Amino acid sequence: MNSEKVSGFHLDVLKEVSDIGAGNAAESLSSLLGRTADMRISRVLSMPFNGIVDYAGGAERMILSVFARIEGGISGNMLFVMSTSDALALIRHMTGASGGEGFTDMGLSVIHEVGNIMIGSYITALSDFLGFELTPSVPSLAMDMAGAILAFSLSEIGRSGDTAIVVDGCLSLDGNPLSEEESSHLFLLPDPDSFGRIYQALGVAHHGGR
Amino acid sequence: MAVVRVGIAESGVVLNPDSISTLGLGSCVGVTLYDEKRRIGGMVHVMLPSTELARGADFNRAKFADSAVPDLLKQMIRYGADERRIKAKLAGGAQMFSLGGNADSLLKIGARNVEACRNVLSALRIPILSEDTGGSWGRTVELFSDSGMLEVRAIGREKKFI
Repeated sequence: MNSEKVSGFHLDVLKEVSDIGAGNAAESLSSLLGRTADMRISRVLSMPFNGIVDYAGGAERMILSVFARIEGGISGNMLFVMSTSDALALIRHMTGASGGEGFTDMGLSVIHEVGNIMIGSYITALSDFLGFELTPSVPSLAMDMAGAILAFSLSEIGRSGDTAIVVDGCLSLDGNPLSEEESSHLFLLPDPDSFGRIYQALGVAHHGGR
Repeated sequence: MAVVRVGIAESGVVLNPDSISTLGLGSCVGVTLYDEKRRIGGMVHVMLPSTELARGADFNRAKFADSAVPDLLKQMIRYGADERRIKAKLAGGAQMFSLGGNADSLLKIGARNVEACRNVLSALRIPILSEDTGGSWGRTVELFSDSGMLEVRAIGREKKFI
């Protein structure tokens, strides 16, 4: 399926899928934090690669990211992306550290663990909803330029085109963004041949003028 | 002096005194070509090693090492560069994440990109003057057409010229 020709109807279906995954991820984070985490502002966007990099704050912007490769009934990459200010705010919430010392090993492992939990619970919900077995790789953490992290994450999709469908969930805590930058996201980047399988699993493969 | 920006899977050529830059190379490789007599500089942001990986016949040639580098060479020649004088520099090809097990070939895409760029340059008989490749960090590069110097910047590292 060509990702550039996806219909509005199918984007809505993907948004539904995203809400289910992101909702479960937020629930896991809420119980970890003892506060209300929310990821319901989810969007599904079809964007060229360079647009995705801009969407994440620009190629040179430093971000923290937890990455996992998803294999199984559908395949793709999943990224939990945070700005440095959001990450420091989350570390503060979880450890009580002032954040003034920047990123300590403990702070980084907090982000790694949060990413791990969010990706794991997102994938579990997706797997239950679609009725597919889905296996994430062990999530890995990097702190570097957004362009470097995202372009790597798009390389498999790059075999088929220069556009990707980004399924984005935006994180907030107690109804507020973590920091002023409002930039903690869970990105699902399905491989192009996965879309057809998602629509088929939901019985909407021939809907929406296709 | 203008700075021309090259995005993911894009290329460009500049003339003295302009420079050409690409931001946030991770597993991608920035290949630069330079004719020091005419002071013409070219750059392409390669994402994948080979057009054999492309699905479908209609693909962006600037994305794959084996089509991107020969195309950039042709573009340089159209701008007046002399093929015999052109020399290359490379940067990028990092491994941004480390995962266990099943995702191995995916992770090594950076190293495969670097290898493919070296091979295609060698086939075109273009010498590689210098490179800053591998590692696990992102890089921003800028090629200055007046000198042919390639500036490499990374977060938390000294800026360097290769």
